[in-house]
Amino acid sequence: MRGLNFVHVAVGMTASLLLPCMPAVAQIDLTGNWVALYHEDAPERLPGPALGDYLELPINEAARLRADSYDPNRISAVVEYQCRPHGGDYSMRGLSVPMRVWEEIDPATQSLVAIHTRMAWMEMERTIWLDGRAHPPEYARHTWQGFSTGVWEGNALVTTTTHFKPSYLRRNGMPRSAEATLTEYWIRHGDYLTVVTSIDDPAFLTEPLVRSSNWVLEPNARIVPNSCTPAHEVPVPEGTVPHYMPGGNPFSREFSEFFGIPFEATRGGAQTLYPEYRMTMGEIPAPPQCTRYCNCTGLGNCGG
Amino acid sequence: MAVAALLAVPVLAQQDSGEAEVHVLPVQGNVYMLVGPRGNSAVQVGYDGVLLVDTQLAELAPQIAGRIRELAENPVRFIIVNTHVHADHAGGNQALANMGHEETGVRTEVIAHENVLIRMTAAPDENVAETQLSPEGWPTAAYFMPHRDIHFNGEPIEILHQPSAHTDGDSLVFFRRSDVVSTGDIFTPDRYPVIDMARGGTVQGVIDALNRIIRIAVPEDKQEGGTKVIPGHGRLCEEADVVEYRDMVTIIRDRVQALIDEGMSLEEVQAARPSLDYDTEYGSDSGSWTTEMFVESVYRSLGE
Repeated sequence: MRGLNFVHVAVGMTASLLLPCMPAVAQIDLTGNWVALYHEDAPERLPGPALGDYLELPINEAARLRADSYDPNRISAVVEYQCRPHGGDYSMRGLSVPMRVWEEIDPATQSLVAIHTRMAWMEMERTIWLDGRAHPPEYARHTWQGFSTGVWEGNALVTTTTHFKPSYLRRNGMPRSAEATLTEYWIRHGDYLTVVTSIDDPAFLTEPLVRSSNWVLEPNARIVPNSCTPAHEVPVPEGTVPHYMPGGNPFSREFSEFFGIPFEATRGGAQTLYPEYRMTMGEIPAPPQCTRYCNCTGLGNCGG
Repeated sequence: MAVAALLAVPVLAQQDSGEAEVHVLPVQGNVYMLVGPRGNSAVQVGYDGVLLVDTQLAELAPQIAGRIRELAENPVRFIIVNTHVHADHAGGNQALANMGHEETGVRTEVIAHENVLIRMTAAPDENVAETQLSPEGWPTAAYFMPHRDIHFNGEPIEILHQPSAHTDGDSLVFFRRSDVVSTGDIFTPDRYPVIDMARGGTVQGVIDALNRIIRIAVPEDKQEGGTKVIPGHGRLCEEADVVEYRDMVTIIRDRVQALIDEGMSLEEVQAARPSLDYDTEYGSDSGSWTTEMFVESVYRSLGE
């Protein structure tokens, strides 16, 4: 209590009494244009993950088989896949920069009704409702970005998102179901923003998938329109769905063999997330020479 | 034994109606979705009156009638369309047709494909679960051509027969101005499709029907919005949701066909678990339509 006089205490107490009566306001200012930093997992996030790369994913056998069955030709053969945006969970992870964040203020009460975000790629927009509204019933429409609500916990914005359309945990066919729930923690440190995401998916995950992504404030970043009009690219019979039969994916071992990682480790699963798993892998000789994504940390140096 | 289980599907669908709540979900244009404990209906309202697609279980008729009265005061005409014969979609025909007659003074028109009428009026067959209704619930305007068009409440409505899909009497109902398709049990995003082989259903017919829905539906932008799809069971959907479902049925069909080509028996095919990666989203080990029954129906319809 040293240094605090009666006036300070009185003002503090008065403020404490008044706060619950005041309209909800943002605890921190998240507004502005943000650019993602790709210093983590850049090869997966920028050029894209290899087929068969299920590292660090706490998946079940259903997810593994679904991804093994995925034939990327589907994107070309099935016209309805062409203009799909990321799901609201993967948009925080994948190549979708920059991101604009702005607030929606109730003009009468000056309370914060919602925070909106927009990303450049595929014009992905989200609304995070902060006015205490409930999530829709399960039978309501699901969307790519889902339905988000948020609350402040200290200086972090904690969001909960449901009502996703089926999408992917990783864009190599690794599925994420419509039943998934996304929890995010938005934490600002000066000009840097960390968003920690946790995905619960009863259909494909045995435990939550937790990832963090960092962003830096870039006031001069521009978001330009990104239209997309689907068109047939290859003549295929209606209803064609390219896929591999179980056990028939010729590329499932390519990632393991190229990077010298034990095949079992590349198959994912909760046990592979923890340091103890390393002890089961034995000696792993390093590949003789790095030839792909050796210095991949950003948009400009991931071409190899 | 297994065949008998497949034939018992509609009877089981009539049981356990649970809490008799029917919710109203505005879809778009003049169309609403009525969400019951065991299935969905579509209802279109306007100056001509009320058009109801599927009447759900007989015991839910009072709740359905109550929701319709909330949406449409003093309707001039009342039309019912049955997407297929099962009692969880046509069981309320008699009560709701009578309600329409009493409230409008005009006899309610009940439209369905002629195979629905044939099934409803057939002599009871001990091997086939009953779908007979009393004559007051029979279709009064059965159609026998591939489609029937009507103009009601200011919009064209296409009733499209889809042969040998969920049953042999399935209809899609396309509200052209509201841009909404009601699919009946051809599309059920919360479960595997029920293929009622005893009433002419086939897996290829289901796939053909799903491809037709995809052909009809047009997303507004980024594979989202635009045409809304009301499924027989489950959440309100759009084209992208139907694409996911079509892919699932197509891939499982291809896997089962490959196993049949290897000479496998039904038991061997079921043991191979050709639907493993979809079971956590669509499968069930209990209830009226299990994963085992679905795989069996695919196997048998491909074998015929």
